[in-house]
Amino acid sequence: MTAATNGALLRLANIGKSFGGIRALSDVSMTVEQNRIVGVIGPNGAGKTTLFNVITGAYRAGDGEVVLAGETITYWPSYRIMRAGIARTFQNIRLFAGMTVWEHLLVAQPHRGALLRVVLPVRWADPAAWARAEEALVFFGLQDYRNAIARTLPYGIQRKVEMARALTAGPRLLLLDEPVAGMNHDEAEELRALLMQLNARGLSILLIEHDMAFVMNLCHELYVLDFGAIIAQGAPADIRSNPVVLDAYLGTDTPC
Amino acid sequence: MSTYCAGLFADIGILLLGALSVYIILATGQLSLGNAGFMGIGSYVASYLTVELHWPLTPALIAAALSASIIGIIVGFPALRLKGIYLAIATLGFGEMVRSFFLNFSHMGGSGGYHGMQHVSLGYIWAWAAGILLLLTLLERSRLWLEMRAVHDDETAAGLIGLNTTATKVGAFGFGAAVAAIAGGLFAHHYVYIEPANFGFERSIDFVLAVILGGSTVGAGALLGAALIVLLPEWLRFLADWRLAAFGTLLILVLLTRRQGILDRPLLAKLSFRGKSP
Repeated sequence: MTAATNGALLRLANIGKSFGGIRALSDVSMTVEQNRIVGVIGPNGAGKTTLFNVITGAYRAGDGEVVLAGETITYWPSYRIMRAGIARTFQNIRLFAGMTVWEHLLVAQPHRGALLRVVLPVRWADPAAWARAEEALVFFGLQDYRNAIARTLPYGIQRKVEMARALTAGPRLLLLDEPVAGMNHDEAEELRALLMQLNARGLSILLIEHDMAFVMNLCHELYVLDFGAIIAQGAPADIRSNPVVLDAYLGTDTPC
Repeated sequence: MSTYCAGLFADIGILLLGALSVYIILATGQLSLGNAGFMGIGSYVASYLTVELHWPLTPALIAAALSASIIGIIVGFPALRLKGIYLAIATLGFGEMVRSFFLNFSHMGGSGGYHGMQHVSLGYIWAWAAGILLLLTLLERSRLWLEMRAVHDDETAAGLIGLNTTATKVGAFGFGAAVAAIAGGLFAHHYVYIEPANFGFERSIDFVLAVILGGSTVGAGALLGAALIVLLPEWLRFLADWRLAAFGTLLILVLLTRRQGILDRPLLAKLSFRGKSP
């Protein structure tokens, strides 16, 4: 997780996406600078998850380009985008039904080197992968759940497993889709501390979240999406008092 | 060992390999009902090489496995566009295609069958069967197998965590086809006579049945399933004409109580006293 280039890690230029006659995204441009935590907020149906799906290749962009560290990745297949350094989590958690927590921490790690490392038991053939999984397990405090089937665990734990899986892929940019949805205040605070720690180690983060306290305390910069278009961008403090945002999303009666 | 028992054990070994060929493809979430087709290809290629070209059996089996795996990869690509029941029907069609090809392939006897192979020992059959089962047991602890399971569980998510799902699914077809071809080559050199009817739909179903019955989430399940499918009808002989009905009833009872088949990971862990270590 080292800073490979200066300036923009991820750049979206004039992204558009339609489903039939519905314009889900129009002319969306944004930048995630190296080593920043950037938030995307906006009402339900504003196009936030669609944006993530375009970035990660799950959807093909209608117009515009996605550039990762100077390289255009717009129409790459998902797995190549992931290998280029973007990892993500999902709004509706997507863990593998039959796998234990431990297996989730091994499965996403990039291949390094010889075929034998891939086809022989991980423990002997790829001790480095084993060690990275161990590190992720400890970092997220999942030791107690090591051999549990991940899908059977409480919601908050599942979110952590998903994040740990994304991190073991060794991304430069982590995309989090509503990371604290369903978590209580303490869990959210704990997660915020973990994310700040990761950011301090050089990881850039782009996240979607509805929990305003979480977003305001964590993000360096915010983009506000409404009806598929960016209606505001700036530092959290500015967004909080931006009249356009208050009108579209935050509401005028309850200042946060 | 009596010839009767030796014959049963040879059948188990060959069925085990056939079942493993289905298990490998099923591990990526694809159900193939056409593996008897791959078995047939392996059977005819290996026989041609040993009888016509006087190759020793081992290289002939390896060549048969490689040629079947190329066909398997070719079948794997259109299979990518099909799921569930549609894929099952398409692979069934492939199996019938192979069978009718050999039916019309007069160079190797057509419907009259083909012979001239040297009989192979029970030990040789089991060296292959046990070797491949052992290989798979190691593979089950590997990164590659985890990736196959990820594709099985959620293909979209597997792609979105950086796995090449196309290569995984097509590769599984190639690998499964190779194992089925080895089963076919051994079959040909055990019975020393083959005909297209040996590689029909019923055999593909036997492979799938062994996996579903023995346990579809662990390689050892195929071993148990193959043994049960060969031995149960023998043990049930005292029921005379009713034995196949009894076999069917047992099968339904097993699937009602254990949907994943008799063996699965928790049960294996218990049996091997390894407790909870992964």
